[in-house]
Amino acid sequence: MSREEVFERLNKVFQDIFDDDSIVVNEETTSADIEDWDSLEHINLVVAIEQEFNMKFNMNEVTTMKNVGEMVSIILSRIN
Amino acid sequence: MKELEYPFNVEEIMKHKKQIRKELLLKENLIEKNIAILGGSTTSEIKNMLEIFLLNYGIKPKFYESEYNQYYEDAMFGNEELDSFNPDIIYIHTTNRNIMNYPTLYDDEKTVKKLLDTEYKKFEKMWNNLFGKFNATIIQNNFEYPYYRLLGNKDASDIHGKVNFITRLNQKFYDYANEHKNFFINDINYVSSCYGLDKWANQFYWHMYKYAMEVPAIPYLSFNIANIIKSIYGKNKKAFVLDLDNTLWGGIVGDDGVENLDIGPEVPNGQVYSEFQNYLKDHKSLGVILNVNSKNEYENAIAGLNHPSGTLRPDDFIIIKANWNPKNINIKDISEELNLGADSFVFVDDNPAERKIVQTYVEGIATPEIDVPENYIQIIDRNRYFEVTNFSEEDLKKNELYKDNAKRSQMMATFDNYDDYLKSLKMKAEITSFKPIYLERISQLSNKSNQFNLTTKRYSLADIEEVNEDDSYIKLYGKLEDIFGDNGVISVVIGKIKEEDELHIDLWIMSCRVLKRNMEFAMMDKLVEKAKERGIKTIYGYYYPTFKNKMVKDFYQTQGFEEISCDDDGNKIYQFKIDENYKNKNNVIEVNE
Repeated sequence: MSREEVFERLNKVFQDIFDDDSIVVNEETTSADIEDWDSLEHINLVVAIEQEFNMKFNMNEVTTMKNVGEMVSIILSRIN
Repeated sequence: MKELEYPFNVEEIMKHKKQIRKELLLKENLIEKNIAILGGSTTSEIKNMLEIFLLNYGIKPKFYESEYNQYYEDAMFGNEELDSFNPDIIYIHTTNRNIMNYPTLYDDEKTVKKLLDTEYKKFEKMWNNLFGKFNATIIQNNFEYPYYRLLGNKDASDIHGKVNFITRLNQKFYDYANEHKNFFINDINYVSSCYGLDKWANQFYWHMYKYAMEVPAIPYLSFNIANIIKSIYGKNKKAFVLDLDNTLWGGIVGDDGVENLDIGPEVPNGQVYSEFQNYLKDHKSLGVILNVNSKNEYENAIAGLNHPSGTLRPDDFIIIKANWNPKNINIKDISEELNLGADSFVFVDDNPAERKIVQTYVEGIATPEIDVPENYIQIIDRNRYFEVTNFSEEDLKKNELYKDNAKRSQMMATFDNYDDYLKSLKMKAEITSFKPIYLERISQLSNKSNQFNLTTKRYSLADIEEVNEDDSYIKLYGKLEDIFGDNGVISVVIGKIKEEDELHIDLWIMSCRVLKRNMEFAMMDKLVEKAKERGIKTIYGYYYPTFKNKMVKDFYQTQGFEEISCDDDGNKIYQFKIDENYKNKNNVIEVNE
């Protein structure tokens, strides 16, 4: 799967979780950019992404991820 | 909503919860309840999921959620927000993470007992305190097993083991539950074992977010809580409507012949169907009504049900529809004959096409997605259609009651004059003020009655207890028996006395199984008598229309009330001035106190 494809599928997950079709995520996107993205929604987001890509983040990854770009890199390293 | 029935797709529910919620909020006739969640760990997602499952059951929750791990402080010392919230339900979400002190290997039995007592007393105090403060129902988690065992298998039997300690603590919780009617255990020990303890206890979620179980397990937890709550508010299903061929036995009785059906101990497939028949039959003692809806010649259906290895007999069913009608039409007929809404039915059929038709044409009916026979029980059971909370004596006898009704209909056919028929039933009623032994049944009736219900006001057991103790209410129950049997408590009237001489009727309900027996007039006579004793001059009646209670829209007129107001929604207020020479309206039922 290419980086672009991951972004595309990831974007759909974000739209579902925040119930907002206008969301477009990019490499630099962080929780500050999406209004409803608080720590509680973050959990749901992580669970939904894990289910979408059939992979698991470990604790260290979740605590150190800085933006969506890093999230995509972890997903890519896990599924390819 | 199909998505919210077991087996559910957790991924879809979690991802689309916001849309699901929006859609469910459009439902009509939602009843509103205040639910306080007192958590010993994070509860945010538990609350979100609980809301969805409750909305699906027609209950619209308003939540109070304690701050993180403040369950004890909130319960013991309270706070203004919780006090003014005045919860109907208090859900205490504690888990083994909230057990403060486990035994160590150095402790003797006396010390372990003391530890056990200390842990338990903390909870007991909390529950008693909450009961003292709120007129609410408490739902309390038991404890799930720990995710590791220091002593291995000995952890279960040795007094120093965590598994042993948790088991003993749970038992103490159950003892309390058995002594308190408004207290229910949310069995997370069972739910976590069904889910798989290793997955349930995924420690990632505890250390990251202080969730005491993994987040994808939460829908199962919340579904379990929602089932207790919907049962408390009378939203359980009431009847099974069962297909026959390949549902109650293997094979097609019309084609294969009775002797070739798979049922009984000889072959694996036969064993499966035997167990399923036993499972269904056991529901009779819960007061669940069994019916048949099958595309078959009637004789063949009966022959199949008389199979020597079967446990269900034709006699176990109230209504047997074995014909070639579309199944949704049969269901409509069954609903009318039983006088029960079809939305209280569980339709079990192995054929997905039949389920689909029924699902499409019968609103609110459950059509569990059973797949292979060996999974039938599990799929039906996990849906908790008949969750037991307040189990009453009435339930044990329910099937007999419906049978008696069927006999009455037959007898009616032999009379020309309806009054003669009623007199021939030799009816005797007991109508008087609430008695403690009936409070549970009264609450149950207030939650189950939809059609003969003037205000559709629901009373939990705690609410009824409050009414019972308050002198400013006139509260009557009515029991009715006749030559065919005892119907038990079937009618309730609650009126509030205001301004010394006014009585305002908050609730007037009657079970549909005694319709057209003039019981409502006997209730009115007694109400007037009791009102007079209290110096009441005027009785006010209220009718709030729902789409189920059209049957009683002219009820107060029939009783001689006068309409005094009607708003745009059709809510009406009536008044009845008590005449000194009030004449009793009932002359077919002998009434005693």
